[in-house]
Amino acid sequence: MKIINRDLVIIGGGPAGLAAAVSAWDSGIKSLLVIERDSHLGGILNQCIHNGFGLHTFKEELTGPEYADRFIEMADERGIPYITDTIVTDVSDDKTVTAMNSKDGIFKISAKAVILAMGCRERPRGALNTPGFRGAGIYSAGTAQKLVNIDGYMPGKKVVILGSGDIGLIMARRMTLEGAEVKCVCEIMPYSGGLKRNIVQCLDDFGIPLKLSHTVVDIEGRDRVEAVTIAQVDEKLKPIPGTEERIECDTLLLSVGLLPENELTTEAGITMSRITGGAEVNESFETSVNGIFACGNVLHVHDLVDYVSQEARAAGKAAAEYIAKGEKSADRVPVYTQNGVRYTVPQSVDLTSDCDVTVRFRVSDNFRNKKVCVYIGDELVSSRRKNILAPGEMEQVKLKSDVLKAHSSAKSITVKLEDC
Amino acid sequence: MIKNLICIGCPLGCPLTAEMQDGKVLSVRGNTCPRGKKYAEKELTNPERTVTSSVKVVGGEMGAVSVRTAGDIPKSKITDCIKELSKITLTAPVHSGETVIRNVCGTGVSVIATKTVAKL
Amino acid sequence: MLDVFVIGAGVTGCAVAMELSKFNLSVTVADRESDVCEGTSKANSAIVHSGYDAKPGSLKAKTNVEGNRLIKELSKKLDFPYINNGHLTVCRSDQDREILTQLLERGRENGVEGLEIIERDRLLEMEPNISDDIECALYAPTGGIVCPFNMTIAFAENAYQNGVEFKLNTEVLKIEKAEGGYTVTVKDRISGSVTEIKTKSIVNAAGVYADVFNNMVSEHKLTITRRKGEYMLLDRSAGSFVSHTIFQLPSKMGKGVLTTPTVHGNILMGPTATDIADKENIRTTSEGLRTVLERTNLSVKNVPTRAVITSFAGLRAHEEGGDFVIGEAEDAKGFFNAAGIESPGLTAAPSIAKMICGFVTEYLGATEKNNYISERKGVIDPWLLSDDERDELIKEHPEYGTIICRCEKVTEGQILDAIRRPLGARTLDGIKRRTRAGMGRCQAGFCSPKTMAILSRETGIPMEKISKHGIGSEFVVGENKNI
Repeated sequence: MKIINRDLVIIGGGPAGLAAAVSAWDSGIKSLLVIERDSHLGGILNQCIHNGFGLHTFKEELTGPEYADRFIEMADERGIPYITDTIVTDVSDDKTVTAMNSKDGIFKISAKAVILAMGCRERPRGALNTPGFRGAGIYSAGTAQKLVNIDGYMPGKKVVILGSGDIGLIMARRMTLEGAEVKCVCEIMPYSGGLKRNIVQCLDDFGIPLKLSHTVVDIEGRDRVEAVTIAQVDEKLKPIPGTEERIECDTLLLSVGLLPENELTTEAGITMSRITGGAEVNESFETSVNGIFACGNVLHVHDLVDYVSQEARAAGKAAAEYIAKGEKSADRVPVYTQNGVRYTVPQSVDLTSDCDVTVRFRVSDNFRNKKVCVYIGDELVSSRRKNILAPGEMEQVKLKSDVLKAHSSAKSITVKLEDC
Repeated sequence: MIKNLICIGCPLGCPLTAEMQDGKVLSVRGNTCPRGKKYAEKELTNPERTVTSSVKVVGGEMGAVSVRTAGDIPKSKITDCIKELSKITLTAPVHSGETVIRNVCGTGVSVIATKTVAKL
Repeated sequence: MLDVFVIGAGVTGCAVAMELSKFNLSVTVADRESDVCEGTSKANSAIVHSGYDAKPGSLKAKTNVEGNRLIKELSKKLDFPYINNGHLTVCRSDQDREILTQLLERGRENGVEGLEIIERDRLLEMEPNISDDIECALYAPTGGIVCPFNMTIAFAENAYQNGVEFKLNTEVLKIEKAEGGYTVTVKDRISGSVTEIKTKSIVNAAGVYADVFNNMVSEHKLTITRRKGEYMLLDRSAGSFVSHTIFQLPSKMGKGVLTTPTVHGNILMGPTATDIADKENIRTTSEGLRTVLERTNLSVKNVPTRAVITSFAGLRAHEEGGDFVIGEAEDAKGFFNAAGIESPGLTAAPSIAKMICGFVTEYLGATEKNNYISERKGVIDPWLLSDDERDELIKEHPEYGTIICRCEKVTEGQILDAIRRPLGARTLDGIKRRTRAGMGRCQAGFCSPKTMAILSRETGIPMEKISKHGIGSEFVVGENKNI
């Protein structure tokens, strides 16, 4: 079996892996390898053919494949080495990466640092325990997206969509434009997690009803979906008897959430966050195992690819520093969350850091007119008014290096929402 | 005439009420910021969209190539634009940025490929 | 004229076919579905019962104990996954441990070896997640778990390689007594054509439809009740939750559900038991799934419900008499029933098959073959090989280096094998049951478009005809903008 040495191995050639690779390269790491499981770089962006990507990064509206191409070009210009059609089967805590493909068989890469950038996957029907038959015609929205956008095949003619996150909304428009009739989009929550723009341009433009506080309670059709029954839910998200409505359809698309794909991370023994489903990281995006970093959707699910790229750039730079300087022996303080803040990334911070630290977070509910407050120790160091905060929108606060250093003896950082 | 719509500028989703006369917006209420007013004026007088879709490809590593209008086209032309696309079959290779239809449905806007599909 | 026509390609029908293939007989197995193992055999607890539960002297007891022994042997010869994990029937402090003692005695009478009653201390060592109020348990060390799909497929492939013909997508419409045997009218569900097949004898292994076929030829009517059982399956990340199969004593709450590891490292919980009228009603219900969870909590605690990846329902064919119906219908010579095969039917299948085969060969005066092939190799699981061995395999067959199903790490090589082997898979469910592609935590989200493309490429079936489990369950309706 072949064993090779590399300073840095990046697992995943999607937006996170590519941005991390470019940034690590620009920080001086030339001995690196990007490993991609698909036959193309670009990750899930290749099937996200709608526009709306890159407003922050490129100041223009790109489609998913175009956004990916920009980063692939950057990697190609630099001559960053990558291999496709290759799956990583193991990452050990001594940073040995075991990979496999049909050309080279099994091989190991002994690395000084590893960046995890494997992305996320969709929650399946089983996780919802939706009762009913299990015939054909039940797809996750991403599977349908792959069939339509990459393979050119339509999964159905009459469609009900469960889940009004952006993928669900985008697929409602996509299926409509390709000739299907989308009967409705059901959302179990009293609000949609998707962008207002997508509600208007993907549903309203085509007269597709959005049924808030509704879920699917039964699926009919032994061989192929024939109908679904939807029902309204109460405050505890339980279906209300008597509100059932049967809708004839041949397809049910599920857009019910994304989960970071962390099999390799867990097997490497890395400490995980129960809330994000990703690794716990410090301000350098380093996990509990020194020299293993994580960024992008494998760390926590993002709503904007621009943030993925930003985060991945920082991770690439940090990995380069780690390779150049070795382990950073800093005492880190935990970042606590309170009052409506569900989680933060990073989960711990070095108060003596020479770099500014961006703390990304999500809130647990819809809030209006709140202040996002950051305390280091007991002292309020940042307070910013927000007209609206929504669970679907990732938020961020920047902590300046000099502010952190001024509080270097503090024992914790707290991020919370306060009334205005 | 009074028109109601939801602002798409940010998650706030302000419910906007616009007063219109002879196809012109006289006033906009309900907006929290200037973007709301601007959005209502545009959406009520000349709504436009970027259309993204796919076109069949033969002889390629994928069965379809993703496309988009190079700029916004009138919202009323979306269906016609898709109809035009349904008539087309491309032969691989197709290169990202390549023009697929020039001046689609007389909008003056071209449809371009957004992905490269290599020959199989 | 055919010697034997077997109706049903479930575990019983396939086991019967395998036994018959040891003789100089022309045998055809027909099934309405697109693959073997499509009915009750695919949706059950996947348990190899030890045999203490059945009434002494019953067919259930006899075939269970013998089947338990046979499966162990067959799993080696025919290369299907079987684990002798041991079974525990737990007794709560508010339950009568006398019932446990009765079960122990009944088991001994049935010839089950190694049974003993163990106390909480030892039980906790064996199963740390056992509920707090469990006092003791009946331990059955011969109990096991099996892959019901691969066992059935192994039987079918072995029968096939020994000359048995399989007619899938073939529905039996009518059976009539005729000169020297029977005329069976069948319909090809793909082409719609109807043909007549003449046969000297018939084996009725039609599961929940066994009463229908028996009643076509016999005045000794059978009545099969469909008893639906709902299950929930946990991801392999929760695979160490229990290591033995844990049964409950029947109680006021009902018959109880089991919690068991599967041979592939998942955890299975269930089944419920609801009698239903519709023979096709395999839908899960919110009530059923709730019941599974509630009852599971009676024997084990802190069930990792976050790890649920799917739920499903299966139908058990319960015959009014309560026991298996195995043998010739009195008023229909040469018509042999294997009916009412509910639990422990999966375990009993090889034994039932031997009984049926004995009746049929005696009836037909058949002689044994001298060239019976007794071994069969399953689809290679590359993950059972060492890194170096796997490396070698990929060098020889590069397809084993390409992962198609990420969750279960199924390679293209395995999928190709599943399609190309005798009685190869022609549907995604068929591929799934032979390789596990699509059985993991994403439930085929990533791999199904790829698997569809491979199946289409290999078999020439157009994408629009690629199905989940045969006709009517196609995945796509046409090309974009053209539906």
